[in-house]
Order: sequence, then structure tokens, then C-alpha cells
Amino acid sequence: MGIEQKTANMGIVTTTLEQVVNWSRTNSMWPMLFGLACCAIEMMSAQAANYDMSRFGMELMRPSPRQSDLMIVAGRVSRKMAPVLRQLYDQMPDPKWVVAMGDCASTGGVFNNYAVVQGVDEVVPVDVYVSGCPPRPEGLIHGILTLHEKVKRERLAEWK
Amino acid sequence: MNIKLQPAVDALRDRFAADLKEFRDEATLFLTPEALVGAAETLRDEFGFVMLLDIVSVDYWPELEPRFHLAYQLYNLEANLLLRLRVPLNGNSPSLPTVSGVWPNADWKEREIWDMMGIRFDGHPDLRRILMPYEWQGHPLRKDYPLGYEEVQYTFNHAEVDARKPYPKE
Repeated sequence: MGIEQKTANMGIVTTTLEQVVNWSRTNSMWPMLFGLACCAIEMMSAQAANYDMSRFGMELMRPSPRQSDLMIVAGRVSRKMAPVLRQLYDQMPDPKWVVAMGDCASTGGVFNNYAVVQGVDEVVPVDVYVSGCPPRPEGLIHGILTLHEKVKRERLAEWK
Repeated sequence: MNIKLQPAVDALRDRFAADLKEFRDEATLFLTPEALVGAAETLRDEFGFVMLLDIVSVDYWPELEPRFHLAYQLYNLEANLLLRLRVPLNGNSPSLPTVSGVWPNADWKEREIWDMMGIRFDGHPDLRRILMPYEWQGHPLRKDYPLGYEEVQYTFNHAEVDARKPYPKE
């Protein structure tokens, strides 16, 4: 029996700081409600009972940017809304991540015109793009899990 | 045309040289920009058209000259009458007096027309953009405004379009 098993029986686990902090960040990442258009409905249904997102730690959806870690931009961002989006992103405390949900947030979707920002990565830096119009709740959850994998790979030197 | 509209139509014809056009049971009066405010006040005060339902602007470029038409839809609440006033405008620097002194709800409708079509309203209390961001150049709903915004990014031109996209510096 190795020493790790003996200590584990006593309830002591050894690991690296990176792993612990990344694990804790992924397991309680609170999203900010940023449902703008139709993708918001799929985000709501992903949060609701059938496709529960609180299994993955997203128990609460905080409308306030000061109390959230993850911004799921769900829906098309119009040109008039873009400065508001940037201001809310700036108000989120570090560490923060952004998921661009749906085609309109990723690339502008079907709306290639004067009124819609062609991809929310013109305004905020995006970590994960989820495609679909709208993406199914399972698609959004897959995007969230991809984001969790990305967070778990973060190195200590890159922490903000 | 509803027979109860006849007195209003006759008054506008005599005093403001309006042109009547009918389509089924809708009555439309064509006016010049100078006659607009006077006709509006007459209709509101004497004939009871107290409600301005909508102001719509149409761009007929390049088929018709004059290029812009403004349609004012008026409603008489007591007698349930609908009447339309149309004002043709040329495209060079279209401007005409505002009717927000006559019907206060014309305020935002005229702001939208200024934003989307570029038609100025003289005497408007607060003429600025209402749908687009305030410093936007151009008037989007004109017929000579480009339809798409960005070049579509396929695999073969991915790098060129990517170089021109504005990314935030974080």
C-alpha cells in the first residue's frame, strides 16, 4: 500500500496548486445571464430541470456581472448593444471566461447587415464558440464542458 | 372613400392644393412640403383628426423622381375615419418642417426617419439617431445603401478577411 493510499484513507489528498485551483474554478463557475435573443431560450432550457446545468456547477445564474465568472453571450448582439456588452464584461472580476453561444454570437449568423455585430469576438475575447441556430441544450453543455477542459489546462504562470 | 371624409378633403383641396388619390376605400392626399404643417393643423383643429397613427418614408430610387415619399396616416377617433397625407420629396437634401408641434408623437417617428432615410425635419426639438449608434455614418434603409456588411469568410479567403476584422486588444 503506497503512502498515498494510506493518507487517502485518513482523508488527505496531495495534489498541485494548479490542479486544485482549476478544479475549483470549473466546479463552481457561475454564469451571467446574457440572453439576448432566441439562444436565451435554449440557455434557459439547459439550465432547467431536463438538461440540468447545475450538475456541472452552474447552480446560480447571476444577473449581476460583479458576482459571476462566465458570460454566455446567447443571441445576436446589435451594434447599439455592443458597448453595453463590453462594459458588462469589464465589470466582471477576474478570472472570467466568455462562451459565444449560437451562430449569431460566433459570427453574426444569418444577419450580415448594418445592425448586427459580426461575431461577438469583435467586442470581447471569446474562449469557446458553440455553433447552432440555436444550439441544442446538449450542445451548450458540450460547450461548457469544453470550457471546463480548457480551464483545467491553464498554467499557473498565466493566471491573472 | 368614406363620405364623411368629403368635407376634409374639399377643405384641403381648396386651401392647400392637395391632390386626391383613391384606392378601394382608402383616401390619400398629395401635398407639397410647404403646405404640410398648415394642412396638419387644419385637419387636427377643424376636422378632428387628433391622432397621428404613423409616419412612413419610402425610397423609390432609381425608378421614380421625386425619390422620397412621406406618408402620414391620420385617424379621427370620434368618427372612425382614416386619412393619408403623402409628401413627395427630392433626394438632394430632403428636408421639410416637422409636425411634432401638431401631434407630439411625431417626435420619435421623425427621428427614426432621419436615422434610416436621412430626411431632415426643420424645427424638430431633438433630431438625432434613434436606432443606430449616435456616430453612425450613412442612412441604412436607403436603396443605395449596401445590403451586406461584411465579406463572407470562406476557407479560401479566410486569412484576408481575418486580417481586417477588428479584434479587441483585451
